[in-house]
Amino acid sequence: MSSVLYDAQGPRAKRRNVVFTVGFLIALAAVLWWVFSALEDKQQLEWAKWEPFFHTEAWSTYIWPGLQNTLKAAALAMVIALPLGAVLGISRLSDHVWVRVPAGIIVEFFRAIPVLVLMIFGLALYSEYTNISTEDRPLYAVVTGLVLYNAAVLAEIVRAGILALPKGQSEAAMAIGLRKGQVMRTILLPQAVTAMLPAIVSQTVVIVKDTALGGGVLTFSDLIAAVSPMSSYYGANIIASFTVVGLIFIAINFALTTFASWLERRLRRGKKSTGAVLDPNDASISGTMGTGAGGGVGGI
Amino acid sequence: MKLRKVTAASAAALVLALTATACGSDDKDSSGSGSGDSKSITVGIKFDQPGIGQKTPQGYSGFDVDVAKYIAKELGYSEDQIEWKESKSADRETMLQRGDVEFIAASYSINDERQKKVDFAGPYLLAHQDVLIRSDDDSIKSPADLNSKKLCSVTGSTSAQNVKEKLAPKAQLQEYPTYSACLTGLQNKAIDALTTDDSILAGYASQDAFKGKFKLGGFKMTNENYGIGVKKGSDLKAKINTALEKMVSDGSWQKAVDANFGPAGYKNEPAPKIGNIVS
Amino acid sequence: MFDFLEGYDLLGAFWVTIQLTLLSAVGSLVWGTLLAAMRVGPVPLMRGFGTFYVNTVRNIPLTVIILFTSLGLSQTLGVTMGAADNFETQNFRLAVLGLTLYTSAFVCEALRSGINTVPVGQAEAARAIGLNFTQVLTLVVLPQAFRSVVGPLANVLIALTKNTTVAAAIGVAEAALLMKEMIENEAQLILISAVFAFGFVCLTLPTGLILGWVGKKVAVKR
Repeated sequence: MSSVLYDAQGPRAKRRNVVFTVGFLIALAAVLWWVFSALEDKQQLEWAKWEPFFHTEAWSTYIWPGLQNTLKAAALAMVIALPLGAVLGISRLSDHVWVRVPAGIIVEFFRAIPVLVLMIFGLALYSEYTNISTEDRPLYAVVTGLVLYNAAVLAEIVRAGILALPKGQSEAAMAIGLRKGQVMRTILLPQAVTAMLPAIVSQTVVIVKDTALGGGVLTFSDLIAAVSPMSSYYGANIIASFTVVGLIFIAINFALTTFASWLERRLRRGKKSTGAVLDPNDASISGTMGTGAGGGVGGI
Repeated sequence: MKLRKVTAASAAALVLALTATACGSDDKDSSGSGSGDSKSITVGIKFDQPGIGQKTPQGYSGFDVDVAKYIAKELGYSEDQIEWKESKSADRETMLQRGDVEFIAASYSINDERQKKVDFAGPYLLAHQDVLIRSDDDSIKSPADLNSKKLCSVTGSTSAQNVKEKLAPKAQLQEYPTYSACLTGLQNKAIDALTTDDSILAGYASQDAFKGKFKLGGFKMTNENYGIGVKKGSDLKAKINTALEKMVSDGSWQKAVDANFGPAGYKNEPAPKIGNIVS
Repeated sequence: MFDFLEGYDLLGAFWVTIQLTLLSAVGSLVWGTLLAAMRVGPVPLMRGFGTFYVNTVRNIPLTVIILFTSLGLSQTLGVTMGAADNFETQNFRLAVLGLTLYTSAFVCEALRSGINTVPVGQAEAARAIGLNFTQVLTLVVLPQAFRSVVGPLANVLIALTKNTTVAAAIGVAEAALLMKEMIENEAQLILISAVFAFGFVCLTLPTGLILGWVGKKVAVKR
């Protein structure tokens, strides 16, 4: 794709490229050197601060329990939001105004509000009106926030997935005498689900990232919150702790992203399907951006 | 066909993850918060305050933990019958009111507002708000010197409020969710002083990584009477008071103080009399 | 009914939210465009860096990035953002920096997909009249790409508006932090939440509507 933007390189262009490469390399190295020397200077690179992560006890005492909570919140949110989103998305395609419009309002409303605001609201709501134990409340609040927001985003994914199918599919189904419900259930949804899979997997990345709000701002004992007792025990190795936590997030999400693009490539190659596949990186449908992407409030 | 397998496999993995994590949390709840008959007792402590209450790979350690263990022993529970729960500052009253924990020993100072909601046994330690500064920093000699300094404390803590309103209104205040975040800045001179109770500060100062790097200001800016929080009207209060008296009289109290605060060179106040709240 | 608002600077908090949004938007547009240029450019090292940057940043929670600007950059590396003596200003600027670093990855991806929509003939024609890479990109391709990605960029802007709430993690006095404080001190939970929800709807809905309209207006007809 990119080669169309510049000519095949002659000797001069090659020389220029070398100059650019070297210049960029020097700039990068300078930044890295500054970071490392500053860290070294502030004793952040001391082996004692990093060593704990090479023993299992740091993982079993702090990181794994936190990671478990992060994954639990993300999994729960996905499992609850998916059917909810499907219902909302299909309702938005309904022929009846009194179904279509309320579903539309719900979806647009929850897409317009930050997940953090929903979580803060959930936490206060549960402490005031329910008797969920203090320990579980942050989990409930985080899952509630994630579900409300992601159900709205998934609704848009579902709707776009169904709309992306060729019109002939539903027309043919109608022609053989299927009713509206049957068309949706037996013809459109099965095909749409396949088309939506990559986008849904990508949305999981957003959910995993957003669980971090629970530990960073609320009192959820997730991976982020694990940094606090961990760094106070190992002598304030907070930089090291956050680096490790960041790497864990990158590993999980990178695996998910890779899985999503593998799925997408597979589906595009498949001959049997209608060939409609939603681009998992299309910010207008899936909120790949985290903490509440997917705007298109007026667009879609 | 292959795709279906992948879908099934990921669904199975998800379910597995869910059940695995769900089991992890369920066994904790089974203990409940019953009365003396049940085999275990739930106690709220801090997980991230070395010297006071700290989660470690070997279990839990700190002065509050030792006090809680002693009380539990006096109430008829062995050490492995104690169920430790993290009680963050903002959650403490609710946890007691709801009965999530039987009692709380978590650098919990007695004050009027809290006494409206929960009962306190004790006090068992008299602490003071103080500052932790770099050992080579001679510019902070009195609380008034803090006015031109950069302070750090934990988000929403009373120590932070005190500084803002009374002690040094002109000081710059950085708030973080955890004290260890402040320590990094203190060490790197991005922050001049970390302020909270001297007992907590002593715990940090005595960590191996910081030995000799930090010192306490010794200002005694407030009086913090640490008490054991119990549910309002609970008969545990009297029992815990008896236990605390015994702990002081048989020398266990001093032993716990020496073990947890000793290395920091922290001059603790003598054991307070039960019910004697220093205001 | 709205007495509980007294004593709280609600408009001030939302003004901080707006400032965070606008400053980070400008920052991420600049840095995101540069990243996109690197990713489609002829220098392999820059392409690699662009890809690495985008793939890394997109997979880290914004909360971690924002906390890192404060704990890592400011507290450890001593980057004071020109406000060493004023934590309020410093945290605000750090939040803008963190939001910019994060959002630019998404701007870059949106732009790259926009570049893909520009027909090959455009770039070929530009090269045929002797333009070099920078000229092809800045004079021919990017202007068209920008026009086709107004919609996706509007979504990024809306997401950014909502993402500014994460700045609460390092104590920037924006809307979400005020909401948390108000809920802790006042009794009207539902009403307070409704006010803040309304505030955010007011900020994001018009952005979507106006930019959606602009997007249709400037779209290149093909």
